[in-house]
Amino acid sequence: MSVSLDHVVRAVDGVPTIRDVSLTLDRGTLSVLLGPTLSGKTSLMRLLAGLDKPTTGRVLVDGKDVTGIDVRQRSVAMVYQQFINYPSLTVYENIASPLRVQGRPKAEIEKRVGEAAQLLKLEPYLNRTPLQLSGGQQQRTAIARALVKGADLVLLDEPLANLDYKLREELRAELPRIFEASGAIFVYATTEPSEALLLGGNTVCMWEGQVLQVGDTARVYRRPDTLRVAQVFSDPPLNVVGIEKQNGSVQYAGGVKAPASGLYAALGDGAYRVGFRAHQLEVANGIAGRHAFSATVTVTEITGSESFVHLHRGDSNWVAVLHGVHEFPPGHVLDAVLDPDNVFVFDAAGRLVAAPGAM
Amino acid sequence: MARIDLVDLAHSYGGNAADPSSYALKPVTMTWRQGGAYALLGPSGCGKTTLLNLISGIVTPSRGKILFDGVDITPLSTQKRNIAQVFQFPVIYDTMTVGQNLAFPLKNRGVPKGEIDVRVAQIAKLLDLTPDLDRKATRLTADAKQKISLGRGLVRSDVAAVLFDEPLTVIDPELKWQLRSKLKALHRELDLTMIYVTHDQTEALTFADTVVVMHDGRVVQSGTPAELFDKPAHTFVGYFIGSPGMNIVPAKVRGREAQVDGHVIALNRSYDKLPAGARIEIGVRPEFVDVAAPAPGLISANIERIDDLGRVRFARLRVGDVKFAARVPPGFSVPGDVAGLIFDPSRVHVYADSLLIEGTK
Amino acid sequence: MKKTINNRAWFLIAPVVIVVLFSALLPVMTVVNYSVQDAMAENHFFWNGDTWFRDLLDPSTEIGARFSGALERNLIFSFVILLIEVPLGIALSLALPRRGWAVGPSLVLIALPMLIPWNVVGTMWQIFARADIGLFGAALNGLGLNYNDTQDPVSAWFTILVIDVWHWTPLVILLSYAGLRAIPDAFYQAARIDAASRWAVFLKIELPKLQRVLVLAILLRFMQSFMIYTEPFVVTGGGPGNATTFLSIDLVKIALGQVDLGSAAAMSLVYYLITISLCWIFFTAMSQLDMLKEA
Repeated sequence: MSVSLDHVVRAVDGVPTIRDVSLTLDRGTLSVLLGPTLSGKTSLMRLLAGLDKPTTGRVLVDGKDVTGIDVRQRSVAMVYQQFINYPSLTVYENIASPLRVQGRPKAEIEKRVGEAAQLLKLEPYLNRTPLQLSGGQQQRTAIARALVKGADLVLLDEPLANLDYKLREELRAELPRIFEASGAIFVYATTEPSEALLLGGNTVCMWEGQVLQVGDTARVYRRPDTLRVAQVFSDPPLNVVGIEKQNGSVQYAGGVKAPASGLYAALGDGAYRVGFRAHQLEVANGIAGRHAFSATVTVTEITGSESFVHLHRGDSNWVAVLHGVHEFPPGHVLDAVLDPDNVFVFDAAGRLVAAPGAM
Repeated sequence: MARIDLVDLAHSYGGNAADPSSYALKPVTMTWRQGGAYALLGPSGCGKTTLLNLISGIVTPSRGKILFDGVDITPLSTQKRNIAQVFQFPVIYDTMTVGQNLAFPLKNRGVPKGEIDVRVAQIAKLLDLTPDLDRKATRLTADAKQKISLGRGLVRSDVAAVLFDEPLTVIDPELKWQLRSKLKALHRELDLTMIYVTHDQTEALTFADTVVVMHDGRVVQSGTPAELFDKPAHTFVGYFIGSPGMNIVPAKVRGREAQVDGHVIALNRSYDKLPAGARIEIGVRPEFVDVAAPAPGLISANIERIDDLGRVRFARLRVGDVKFAARVPPGFSVPGDVAGLIFDPSRVHVYADSLLIEGTK
Repeated sequence: MKKTINNRAWFLIAPVVIVVLFSALLPVMTVVNYSVQDAMAENHFFWNGDTWFRDLLDPSTEIGARFSGALERNLIFSFVILLIEVPLGIALSLALPRRGWAVGPSLVLIALPMLIPWNVVGTMWQIFARADIGLFGAALNGLGLNYNDTQDPVSAWFTILVIDVWHWTPLVILLSYAGLRAIPDAFYQAARIDAASRWAVFLKIELPKLQRVLVLAILLRFMQSFMIYTEPFVVTGGGPGNATTFLSIDLVKIALGQVDLGSAAAMSLVYYLITISLCWIFFTAMSQLDMLKEA
């Protein structure tokens, strides 16, 4: 089975929430909708589910137009940010509820609930009610219920956002395996780049109701089509600086001039924007072939394994990440260096023209 | 501004002070210096919110005392404690402008108008709220609203402490970075004692000079981010700090050697007086394990998968029945799905019944 | 595809349409019919144009004077009712316990008057307010007040206002209480930390957050009080004199007492239009206020 959106537009009170989206999702794939709050992730899911009707455009299932068909007639399951379970039913009955609605025989229900409970490690809690469970266990129950339904399309809308950090980490690690075992179409919305990277699959990068880029998650991360995609897919935020290339040298905004080596060599003369993630910026001095910037430390954040150094240079703010503990006092001036082979270069319109590595 | 002393402070919601196991917060004695940035870190139900509510006066302790600059304030109400607090969700006075919201705590305390204006202008500038000062607060975005809440918490220069209760929950990742570093800069600028409650280790570690890790109603370790990372005093701290957390593996330890799964690992220190009958484990962080091709003498591990987080990669392994993680360089590969593990001896810690054991040289 | 769904939707709401047709539309059309005709003899009607309406809206005619008098009484009554019940309801809802065992019993006690049928309320108070044997009336007289709800207009008004306040303030209390309960604790804690006074908490937090439910409460209380009938009908019979003759009472008198169907029909239509327009004005004004505040 496959689900497609064909030039779908959705407007609420004349304000567009989804602007001309075309997208195809195939059986057995996981698609991560990545974008900030209000970028249209939830709106897109509601259109896929059939909860909302597109203002214009079509929704196709296996090539058949299903625009406007009620959600109850579609094979869809959904998991929300809030933990939604039947409070008076046991975990077992919660998971079994979609099967009971479908009128499945008792033996089959028992078998499928057992499998789902095993997959989500809920076996010890089957006789408890949701309120006797931790947040993580409650959300596992909701996910198990969505899986057991056997729906062709499973939508998860920031399912881990309300969980503790460590629980999130654990469930995140388990989810890809759970998805693999199911074989449905999975759509997973998140605001966090690291979550997309851990889940893998495909990433659908969203911004202001538009799909900016679709592709293999690692590839979108390593080759963002536009500056905006790179910004949405960077945590810490992407560092950006303008450059001007002329006669074999590049002039950085704020006053550093360097030979146009590395990726800059192949660029035509003109103005570009250079984007680099925190780990692409190094703090060191005197490395041959690197471009060095003098910058002022505003804040250093230390996690033990890494140090995030917030820098101020001219009128822009950068973040560099270093391994281990490095404490710099605020106001300290240091050299931040950039490898001209390890940056993203975007043209004036924000389109990618050069990226590190060959992909 | 104040030094805060917690003296044998404990709380039980049932009110049964006689039964220590019912305590939501088990007795704690500690001192927080004036002007420090502290984080209370732990999972849901660890007692961190209880501790925060005791300090703010929303909850009265079952036992013990809280001192601000040596003065016992335990019986005082929230209003009289002279603290400020920022909540998980933005608290905005709907009918007021941004400026009036910021001025509210000062106005209520009868601060002269001139002084209020100066302070509100200063805080608004620090939080980039100056252009919005005359706008109604209700129509702003969630992060702007939360900035107003932060501003109301910071606007008083005379507070004993500013308390933060998971203030970045509703903020998008990119804005989180901005607000966090802003908060840190504000702390330096304003010389206020700040206490930040969170379950998110990144927020706690990046914000605080001292992180207080709590588990099951108890303070298990209090230290700088680097101390918590390098030398966790409790296996829980090892697990909870770091992402992924510390690898904890059951072992037999004798002298300068640990035995795991039949393999011998060298230790940097000597452990001769381990408590008898205790559960002995060794802990090593994923950052200090090298994954190599299997070889005699190396602990062998099954590779389950590689997590690629963009700037770092972690190999997910299994040693016997125990899950194990190790940081691997870009382009890492080993033939087959079995690998050998090399530990950095100076980074391997020994735990008896979950508590760190200091070896001898 | 789209069509089937729409058709089915129509089919599903058909029963409601039919019920509304019979219960609302047809009676209203009958009234409209009466209002433009005159009856010579039984079942003998002829076209009368807008005469009934003209007479009604002209205070110099007898029916016009009656109408404007009753309308004035209605407006004063609703105004006074809102003035008393809304602040009183908010005040009492603030005084109710927010948690603990007392919540259930106090809510039940508060809701009790609303559960008593209208005519029972009237009869109850008719006896309760009697100056000779009624607890309420006798007590007032005992205090040295000259109270008699069947002879003294002031006493009559006072009685009807007290009945309505007793009967319907609970509605305002319950709505306002629900609104208060929806305010997160963090707001109260923040206010304590900001050293806000109790009055400031009410003005800056509670009242703004209650605005939406209060709009509802005011609207409901206005509509109900504007349509007041049973209480004066049972307790005072519209008297003494015309002191408590409200539009609804007069309407019944004209329609059933004098069998003057044309006048009565015209009057009920005008009454109906006034109620609807006043509600609409109230509602738009209050939601406009809401918009202004958020802009």
